[in-house]
Amino acid sequence: MAAASKAAIPSSSAVLGSISTLNNPSLLKMSYYFTILSPTDTPLFNIAFGTSKGGGDGIARFRFPETAQYMNQFIIHSSLDILEEAQWTNGGMYLKHIDTYPPAAAYITAFLTPSGARFLLLHQPPNLPSSTSSSSGLGSSSLLGTAGSTTRASSSSIAANPTSPQTEEAVRQFMNEVYENYVKTAMSPFYKQGMEIKSPVFRTRVTAAGKKWL
Amino acid sequence: MSSTKTSRIGEETRVDKVNAELVTLTYGTIVAQLCQDYDSNYQDVNKQLDKMGYNIGMRLIEDFLAKSGVGRCANFRETADMIAKVGFKIFLNVTPTVTNWTSDNTQFSLIFEDNPLADFVELPDDGRAQDELWFSNILCGVLRGSLEMVQMQIEAHFVSDVLRGDDTTEMRVSLVRYIEDEMPPEEE
Repeated sequence: MAAASKAAIPSSSAVLGSISTLNNPSLLKMSYYFTILSPTDTPLFNIAFGTSKGGGDGIARFRFPETAQYMNQFIIHSSLDILEEAQWTNGGMYLKHIDTYPPAAAYITAFLTPSGARFLLLHQPPNLPSSTSSSSGLGSSSLLGTAGSTTRASSSSIAANPTSPQTEEAVRQFMNEVYENYVKTAMSPFYKQGMEIKSPVFRTRVTAAGKKWL
Repeated sequence: MSSTKTSRIGEETRVDKVNAELVTLTYGTIVAQLCQDYDSNYQDVNKQLDKMGYNIGMRLIEDFLAKSGVGRCANFRETADMIAKVGFKIFLNVTPTVTNWTSDNTQFSLIFEDNPLADFVELPDDGRAQDELWFSNILCGVLRGSLEMVQMQIEAHFVSDVLRGDDTTEMRVSLVRYIEDEMPPEEE
């Protein structure tokens, strides 16, 4: 996994600061991997997509080679223990960012439904050629000002910083929209609880939600 | 009876209400169970739904006439209006559009913009349900049953369904004949 060798990421905030100040928005396209797990940890649904905001093409470009996409599932599932600890910490369904897997710079955000289905979103920033070059560490407040094109930078800020409040809000919207559609899908009389969600309609709607919010 | 007056009867007839999702889920479960029982033989499922609807319709017509207080329709066009604007309005709270009349006024279509029975439904993706199952087929039976009780023999079937990916949900209703009063056989 050559991709992961770029930098042993010291702590997420330091790196995030540097990513957010990069001037080239095309480098700021996040890749997402979204999974729904049943209460018994059976995967019900998977989808991979990329940033669509700020001119993103919506195509996922993970750091793993094509042949190693199972790594996403592996990382997501490995965060289940942390999810189980986090789920009782507050009453909300949206648990925000719960886990980070530094070797792949993968951030996991979680959403729980009351019936125990788990929505997990892995986001992975793109592999940066020189990830520590322009670091000024100003944090998320620098997002709007520094990039060459203001609009593009601000709209791609979701991609720039996986733990910023903007990102968390965007993911919340995304999760809520998926949840709404998940409920509708689960209400279909031909869907059996715990069965893989094969509905093309649901997939389209998740894709649309990803396009809209991420 | 004028068309607007018919609409008013539909609006004003008060009936006990029930949660729409309860109806949707109950009906959905019935259909799903039938599909399972008939081993996904959708022709049989359609037939069974129609039969169930027929039995409902035979009883429902009495309830309908009592609640709405409407009298005899003068012609089949009026009947169609009554079905769409009073019957469906009272029982399902939708008003399908009556259209596509044949010139002899014996066939029309009901176009459903909104079908509460089919909310949330996605047909099974086994490659056949999309072509064979008429999910809301019970409605055909209901019309057949209820009209038969008021001396009209009709034939009703769906010709398109948004669940199958069609643009509209359309039911075709044709009048076969008015059932004349049949005298009981003379006693010898």
